[in-house]
Parts: sequence; C-alpha cells; structure tokens
Amino acid sequence: MSEAALPAAEQKAGPPKQETPFARFVSEYCESPVAVASFVVVVLIVSVALLAPWISPQNPYDLAQLDIMDGRQAPGTKSLEGITFWLGSDDQGRDMLSGIMYGLRISLAVGVGSAAIACVIGTALGLIAAFAGGKVDGGIMRLVDLQLSFPAILVALMILAFLGKGVMNVMLALVIVEWATFARTARSAALVEARREYMEAARCLALPKWRLVFRHMLPNCMPPIIVIGTIMVARAISLEATLSFLGLGVPITEPSLGLLIANGYQYMLSGKYWITFYPGIALLVTIMAINLVGDQMRDVLNPRLKR
Amino acid sequence: MSELTLDVQGLSTHFFTRAGVVKAVDGISFSVSRGRVLGLVGESGSGKSVTGFSLIGLVDAPGRITAGKILFQGRDLTKLDERALRDLRGNRIAMIFQDPMITLNPVLRIDTQMIETVQAHDNVSREEARTRSRDALGMVGIPSPDERLTSYPHQFSGGMRQRVAIAIALLHRPDLIIADEPTTALDVTIQAQILAEVQKLTREVGTALIWITHDLSVIAGLADDIAVMYAGRIVETGQVEEVLDRPLHPYTHGLIGSVPSRNARGTRLRQIPGMTPSLLNLGEGCAFRTRCARASAACERDPQDTHPMAGRTLRCFHPQLEVTT
Amino acid sequence: MTTWILRRLIQAVFVMLAMTVIVFIGVNVIGDPVEIMISPEADQAERARAMMALGLDKPLWEQYWRFLLGALQGDLGRSFVFNEPALKLIAQRMPATLELALTAVLMSVVIGIPLGLYAGLKPNSVAGRTIMGVSIMGFSLPSFWVGLMLIMLFAVQLGWLPSTGRGPTRELFGVQWSFLTWEGLRHMAMPAFNLALGNIALVLRLTRAGVRENLPMDYVKFARAKGISPNRVVFVHVLKNIMIPIVTVVGLEIGGLIAFAVVTESVFAWPGMGKLIIDSINVLDRPVIVAYLMMIVLLFIVINLIVDILYTVLDPRVRLESKE
Repeated sequence: MSEAALPAAEQKAGPPKQETPFARFVSEYCESPVAVASFVVVVLIVSVALLAPWISPQNPYDLAQLDIMDGRQAPGTKSLEGITFWLGSDDQGRDMLSGIMYGLRISLAVGVGSAAIACVIGTALGLIAAFAGGKVDGGIMRLVDLQLSFPAILVALMILAFLGKGVMNVMLALVIVEWATFARTARSAALVEARREYMEAARCLALPKWRLVFRHMLPNCMPPIIVIGTIMVARAISLEATLSFLGLGVPITEPSLGLLIANGYQYMLSGKYWITFYPGIALLVTIMAINLVGDQMRDVLNPRLKR
Repeated sequence: MSELTLDVQGLSTHFFTRAGVVKAVDGISFSVSRGRVLGLVGESGSGKSVTGFSLIGLVDAPGRITAGKILFQGRDLTKLDERALRDLRGNRIAMIFQDPMITLNPVLRIDTQMIETVQAHDNVSREEARTRSRDALGMVGIPSPDERLTSYPHQFSGGMRQRVAIAIALLHRPDLIIADEPTTALDVTIQAQILAEVQKLTREVGTALIWITHDLSVIAGLADDIAVMYAGRIVETGQVEEVLDRPLHPYTHGLIGSVPSRNARGTRLRQIPGMTPSLLNLGEGCAFRTRCARASAACERDPQDTHPMAGRTLRCFHPQLEVTT
Repeated sequence: MTTWILRRLIQAVFVMLAMTVIVFIGVNVIGDPVEIMISPEADQAERARAMMALGLDKPLWEQYWRFLLGALQGDLGRSFVFNEPALKLIAQRMPATLELALTAVLMSVVIGIPLGLYAGLKPNSVAGRTIMGVSIMGFSLPSFWVGLMLIMLFAVQLGWLPSTGRGPTRELFGVQWSFLTWEGLRHMAMPAFNLALGNIALVLRLTRAGVRENLPMDYVKFARAKGISPNRVVFVHVLKNIMIPIVTVVGLEIGGLIAFAVVTESVFAWPGMGKLIIDSINVLDRPVIVAYLMMIVLLFIVINLIVDILYTVLDPRVRLESKE
C-alpha cells in the first residue's frame, strides 16, 4: 500500500510569513462560509436599524401618515397614499416593513445597550475579583453564583414586577441579569493572564495597580469577553423580545420586535399571519446571525481547538 | 523448535496528520515463540506503544497500518475484518495497559468489567462468568476476591489495579499477551511482585508475552529475547543476555551505558548526546545518525536488516563489534 | 453524610430568608405599598382604614416581622383580583405548571440523548451535522415565537392539535392532572415541546460533547482491547460516564423550566402558575406576585437539594468517599 502524498506543509521552505494576530483571526474566522454570511447579515441589520428613518417607506409612528382604512392589508397591496406594503400592514394601517425597521432599532438599542453596560460593570468586577483575590474575590464570586443560579427570566420578572414597565426598567433588568456572566468570564481570563510573564515584567517595573489591570491585563482578556459579549447581545435581544411579548417590556409607543409580534398574535388565527410572522422572522434572523458570529469567534479563539 | 505465536514482517503504521505524515512505526520485523517473553525496549516516542496497538488493530484515525504482515499463529491479522479481530481481542490476544486507573472504567464495578469480558467470548451464564472472574482474581494474588469484585477501581491501590488488569487479560488464557509499560506507574517493590507473577503465569500456561518498556533493568530480569526500537524502527534484536552483554548497535550501546548502576560512583552519568528526532521529518537514512559517534556518509542510506550472528538482527552500517566499558 | 445534608438545609433556610427580605423590600420600599396593596378605587377613608389594617402605619421592621410571621403560617395576603388567599391560588395552579415542566424534562432526555449520541458517534455525517445545526436554533430561537409558529402549523394549518388551553383532567393523589386523559395529552403536546426545545438542544449538545470527550479515552480503548462489542462500549461504558453531568444539568434546569413556563403558558393560554403571575403583574395584584416568588424560590431550593443528593448517589467516587 503506498503512502498518501505528503501535504505541501512538509515541503515548505523559508521562514513563516509574519501576520498580526488580528489578521490571523480574520483569516481563520473566514474559513466558515456560514460565519461570513452571518457577519454580513449582522452588518446589514445594524445598517438598516441605524438608517431606518431615512430608508423606511413610512414613519409608522407619525399618526398623520396613517389611515386606518389601510389596516390589515396583505403583503404587496398598495396603500391609499400609493406606497406599497411590501410586508403588509397591521391593524392600524402601519406598514410592516417600516414597523420592523423601527422595531429593529429599539430591539438592537436595548439589546446592545444593556449588554454593553453589563459588560463594563461585569468585566470591572471580574477583573477586580481576580486581581484582589481573597475575601473580595470570594464575595464577588458568591454574588455571581447566586445571580447565575436564578433563571434570567425570573430575575427580570421580579425587577419589572417591582419597578414597573418601561425602557429604562427593562434595560436595568437586563443589565442585572447579564453582568454576572461577564464577571465570571473576565475573572477566568484575568486569572490566566495574571500568571503570564508580561504581567510579571510589568509588575517589576513597579507600575501602579490600576495601570497593570487596565492597560496591560485587560487588552489580553478581551477575546473571550468579546465572544461572550456577542452571545449576550443575542440573549439580551431575545429576553427583551420575550418580556415585551409578555407585555412587561417596552411601551407601545416605542415597540420593539417582541411587541410587534405580540400585537400581531391575535390576527394569526384569522389568517392575517404577516402581522406577526415577519417581525418574527426579523427577530429570528437577527438573533441567529449574532449567535453564529459569536460561535465562530469562540471556535477560532478557543486554544483547545488549535490544530 | 517451538512454533511461532507471532511473526511480524515489515510492519508500518503511519499517522496522516495536518502537519504531515508521522511514521510512528516504519518497517519493523520481529517474532515471539510460545512461552517466551520478548522485551520491546525504546524511549518515549520510539513507537513501541503504537506497535502494540497495531498488533490488535486498535490504531485510531488519523493513523493506520500501511504495510506489512502480522502473522498470529499463521493468520495475517492485517487481512482480518473488525469482527474477526474482535473475536481475538481479549480472547486469544490480550493487552495490558500502562495506567490501570484510566484504563478501568471508573464508574463500573470490577465484576461488571470482568464478567463482560468473559461473556464477550464465551456463552456462559452470569454466575459462571462471575466464578471465573473470582478465580482469576485469586490467581493474581488479590485477597478476598468476592468482596473485591463488587468494588470500584478507585477503591484499589495502584498495584492491585494492575493485578486486576492482568487478571482480566488472563480470563481466556490467551496465546499472546501484549503488556504496554504495565509497571511504569507503580513503585519498585510492587513492580517486582508483578513481574514475578507474570513470569510464573507465562511459564505455567505457555503464553507468549511481549513486554513493552523503556526500563532495561526490567527486561534484563524478565525477558528471553529483546528488540530495541528507535524512531519507529527496530535497530537490534537477539537473546537478552547476548544483546545486553555484547550490544552491536551504537544506540543499544548508549542505552546500556546510560543505566545509572553501570556507571561508577562519582563520575558523570553517561548520556546519548542529542535528542530523539521528530517523527515528522525523519528523511532518508539511519534515524540515529545525528546522534551517533560512528556515523559516516554511508549512513545517509537506509540500513537494512542484517544477521551478523545466529539469532541476532541488526540494522546498522557500523556495528560495534568490540566491547567498550 | 448527615452533617452535609444538615448544612445544606441551613443554607436553604438562609436563602429563603434572604428572599423574604428582598421581596419585602421590593414591595414595600421600592414600590409604593399604598398604591400596591390597596385597590386604587378606594377613597380617603377606606384608604386610611386599609392602611391601618395592613399595618402600613407601623415602622418598617415591624411590618417585615408581621410579613414573615404571616409567611410562615402560609398567609401571604389575599389577591385583589380573585379575593382569595394568594398562596391558595398559586397552589391550585401548580399542578398544571409542574406537569408541563416535568413532561418537558422527559422530552429533553428522551429526544436529546439519542440525538446527541448519534451526533457524537458520527460527527461528520450529514445527519450529525444537521442535528448540531438545528440544535443551535433550539436555544437561540426565542421560545415564544417558536410557540406561535407551532400553533400556526399544527393547529391552524394542519388542525392536528388544539391551539390553546389545558385538556380535561383526572384525579391522582388528590390532585387534578391532565396527562391522565388522552385529550389532556393532546393539549399538552405542543406547550411541553415548546418548553422543552431549549433543553433538548442543551442535552443534545452535552451528550455529544460527552461522547466526543470520552471516545478517545483509555478506558474505551481498553474495553475494545478486551473484545467488547462496540454497542456495549457506547451504551454501557461511555453512557454511564456521561450520564452523571447530564443528569446534574437536567436536574438543575428543572427549576429554569418551571420559571420559563411563564412564557409558554402565556402563548398557549395554559392555566398554570406562570400565566397567573403575568396576569398579576399586569394588574398589579401584588399579593399573588409575592406568593409566586416565594413559591418558586422554595421549589428551586428543594430541587437543587434533591439534585445534589442524586449526584452523590450516581457517582460512585463521590458516594464512597463521603461514606468513609
């Protein structure tokens, strides 16, 4: 039996090409076509959300533009003003496509915003815990464990039950639900980094502690935090949608995708599926795309999977 | 002349990895007769364990046997399908691994693990399988075997666990046992006991035994024949007293010389200079030439097996025919 | 062993106490208890009387004390909406939620483990990859939307299953259960499956990871070297090793399922605790909210304790160490 031909790797001569870690990350990330597609989708979605006021056919919250006679029109029909309801209209005569674009704004804003705040708080606490050690570490981690042992929805429910509804309360609830995961991730990463040689070298230079933590340790802890951050954004968007669907989330004046879905629910049984279906698709695609991006980033950055 | 239990001819096992082809075993030949013990000696990474796994067809992807014959009692094992191989494993050919803590399943009881071995090859009742297991435990010197059967692996000491592994190997009275560094993880006194047990058992039953190790002193006391492995190739074989007394290959020579007890007190311990080469980039020629004091231009070609004396095989262009201290 | 159980029980009591404090603060300090506890239609005189009756004119710590005493006796206030003791309301709805949650757990094990085994044994096959891809959807899709889609497909389009509500019940041990009737099962199929989806994905991935992790291990190689059949190697040797973490996770997730039933019950109009709490939050029926929270925490603590005990029973290494 003859041996398989030796792969090109064996016959390469000369020093390896110099490439920055970021470039290598990008090239490894792009090895999966699904991941690349997901990334493109995410960029698209974010663009649509940011540009919504300019590119949407109608401003669904400008009551002057609405006519109730336009209500519940199937996708493809034209409104009384002449614009096409590409995805149909809801019971108030609002264009679904525009509604979805604006809804994306709210969903993304709440999701990303809460994740960002939770990231800052959680990472800071996690780093402090790792660096300070001892009782501080124990105390913070105890809190983290307690937080994580409760299901997210329960915590959010509790907070909204006490504080009432509204965008700020929803964001607060989401931040409280999410910070613990960031703290745990940051702490694990920091514990690993603290043992590395460059940290020892920095310590020898007698740099002040805050500088050690924030200028030296933090940048190297970023990869797992970024991965977790991506996944948490998806989770936040999903949780906010769920809360809004239950009527406990954002108010009706600034509907997120979850609220749109809730509004359309009642029309589903009578055949006017588009009022709930299309916002649902938008939500789905958003969450899945973000998750897939996060998944691929995690696989690329995972040292254990290194070949 | 006793019949050959195992006759390996030109066996090669290669691993096809992303980084390249690792020639873990590269064209080795050796044989073992009934009732005799062959010591397969080599340092870590020399390919001895892979040899053991190749014999019973347990080389996992990305590796596979790429050449050679493994004649077990006349049958070529490389030609058998998985079903046939499974019939032989644990039955006519048994294997003992290095660390019984990780080779015995930690969540299953000892009797479960022994009874299943019995029932895998013999159609007997559970009670009978249990009795046989108990007898096997008694045979390897484990006290109160009935109690021990219902225990879990972590309740045994290291030496006892290895005895259990040996008992499992003996359940079907195999014709060949492959022992892969079975005493490396144990302390010296236990090691001695186990060696004595194994030797007694093989003499009594007539099992052929391949003892894989890096420890020359174990081989010296136990084996009848020796095969020295280096970088996936067998460089020297012969009867153990002869090879240890008059090593022909420079590597064997260096190996024997570096055993601490052979060095005079107060002098520096002798080492073979250099390091084992990576099995990825062996290239042409003798694998040992980069570390050999006797290497010459001739060594750039692959040496073939030669028979400088009766019963000895050697793969070298510059055998060390004189004895040096 | 007994000291360990005792320690856990004491821990549990502490957590419950902490919960009562949190809930009390939430209701009486953060929210306005006057607004909360008293029906908004009352006039001045009624308010004053109600305030005195509810003890809202007393100092805070005394209010807490009264609350705690009441809680220990099972009195957590009366619901405004139903005018019944809040705890009784919750207890009435609990069987519905429990049967949903437990069916979901059953589904996640029965569906998740075989699929995970397959994906772990044949990771590069088409089926294996599809299973993994679908599992990602399982926990990233928002559960309420999947529920809506299920209703649209199976109830509206195909008409195979009823769209909402709980089916007829039959009594067992003094409690009404709907899984004992055929119609009840039909009604439970979709909501239970919807609730189980996230868990199925989780169990599936755990099983697959466990299989991938265990297959290269030495004990598997040793079992094969003994001539054990590949089926037995997987279903006895490997499975027993991966069961332990899976059981632990599934056990811990039961609490999460009960909490998440809130969403499923809303989508499918299932009359359990979850739907009750959502409705109560919307109409600000605080006694019910308080009762629900206390109940849930209690359930959690009990479940966690049982899982911990189960873990020591399952893993022989832990069990025997603690005995010695």
